[in-house]
Amino acid sequence: MILVIAEQRDGALNRASWEAVAAAQHLAAGQPVAVAIAGGDVARAAGEIAAADVAEVITITASALAGYTADGWVAAHRALVDAVKPSFVLLTHTYQTRDFAPALASALDRALITDCTAIKAGASGPLFTRPMFQGKLAADVRPLGDAPCLVTMQIGAYRADAARRGASPAPLRALDVAIDAATIRQVPEAPFREARQAVDLSQAERIVAVGRGIKGPEHLPLAQALADALGAQVAASRPICDAGWLPMERQIGSSGQTVAPKLYVAVGISGAIQHVVGMKGARTIVAINKDAEAPIFEVADYGYVGDLFEFLPALTAELGSDAVKGG
Amino acid sequence: MKIAVCIKQVPTREWQPRLNAEGTYIREQDASWELNEPDAYALEEALRLKEKHGGDVVVCAAGPARVTQVLREALARGADRAIHVEDESLGSADAAAIADVLADAVREEAFDLILTGLQSDDQGHAQTGVILASRLGWPHATIIMEVAAEGGRLRVKRELEGGWFQWVAMPLPAALTIQSGINQLRYATLKGIMAAKRKEIRRVAPAAPVRRRQEIVSLYVPQKTKQTEIITGSPGEAASTLVRKLREDARAIA
Repeated sequence: MILVIAEQRDGALNRASWEAVAAAQHLAAGQPVAVAIAGGDVARAAGEIAAADVAEVITITASALAGYTADGWVAAHRALVDAVKPSFVLLTHTYQTRDFAPALASALDRALITDCTAIKAGASGPLFTRPMFQGKLAADVRPLGDAPCLVTMQIGAYRADAARRGASPAPLRALDVAIDAATIRQVPEAPFREARQAVDLSQAERIVAVGRGIKGPEHLPLAQALADALGAQVAASRPICDAGWLPMERQIGSSGQTVAPKLYVAVGISGAIQHVVGMKGARTIVAINKDAEAPIFEVADYGYVGDLFEFLPALTAELGSDAVKGG
Repeated sequence: MKIAVCIKQVPTREWQPRLNAEGTYIREQDASWELNEPDAYALEEALRLKEKHGGDVVVCAAGPARVTQVLREALARGADRAIHVEDESLGSADAAAIADVLADAVREEAFDLILTGLQSDDQGHAQTGVILASRLGWPHATIIMEVAAEGGRLRVKRELEGGWFQWVAMPLPAALTIQSGINQLRYATLKGIMAAKRKEIRRVAPAAPVRRRQEIVSLYVPQKTKQTEIITGSPGEAASTLVRKLREDARAIA
């Protein structure tokens, strides 16, 4: 059996959990897939993910799991793995996964292969493809030692909408796990946002991202106008945020957020790997750059080579006129 | 406060990758090396904690003889001494193997706190600090943007996704993985470089055989996966064409 560990916050399913289900269905090749979800109250999230074509959804609830802690999650999922005995455990490579999965793998003394972008058939079992050396290279990796191997999938590597849905909802099963609150050493406080307009870009359907080509903060309204016309969020590559033209929370890339929106418009972004790893999972990528050799065109579906200061207003106007036609 | 900082030596950003004959790892002899950037932030945070609370900062690295370079650099920036777990096979070892040997090397030191970068710029597993905590039986927290220590306890600011943060408290000893940008880095002064020459680098062999949990079957330059359709014409024409394609072909807009 392939086990997926899904993620929720405040009872809401993380959309990226569907991507891990899609990866598990690909890896399973006939084996059953089960999904597990832990927390204080997981009814809503479990009900949502039960729409997937999986054998069952296992819920683990305890008052000690009301808020996320690394110790709590390791204890709950260690008991889960012992009970279910899966051949592989799949997770999405979120910040929460990064916080507890290595400790879970260590407690189980099993391999953990992180940030995977693909699963391939190998001579002696599956191979997991992952970036190395900041994406300059990719590696096909196999786990050593006993099953289960834990695998985390890069956000956007598999598409949420590629996860097969079942004809009827999967059965829910509550797994009894006793967790002694006294053994949880981390004491979490309530999550908070520092910036008033903070946005979770990983949940955005469309993104307009700006890079050095925008030249100065005085030109950002051009990108904002395009974003408004598209119903998109504005994001940026690292240099824009380092310069303070946009807040750090709007940064896409290896040191910022990883996103997989429906549409990603890269405006004046050269496409350094540190940026590309954060957005290459987008379904449709448009690159606008004056340099035809910019690496961003290697991942783009559509490209415009030219002056963004001429093209952005034209594109915004075109979308605006369409909106009028559509209305 | 007795603080260990686990650092890694990684190829420089300018390095152009070349593979070994088997295509299973890089040709290490071609690479130029530097301190892993997130680890530099971990070191800086440790130095700031020492300035505030007193104590010692000990840098630890696992790897071949070449990693002496980054240990010296850390000593020049202000670390008090270094521990080098030296073994040729550690140069390409996975995070679990590295964490094993580091845990054995630091166990007897009775550190209060271990800091390391959130991931390395070479293999990028993002696991070493957490597994190290697990091996030592310590609590941990990851992707940390602020560290406060008081009365034998830590209170740290974890970065969550999407602009969210969370304060987490835990007892010492503990291990933290540090996010880049947590502080402003200091660089070595001439005085620091001179002083570093007199500081101790203790070399130890791995306490147990190095045990890997994963194997690189092949390493390669990733292939381009997409065919890019270049839209031509005047800005107005190109905008019109692009909007039509996004709507009708890509279905990316309504």
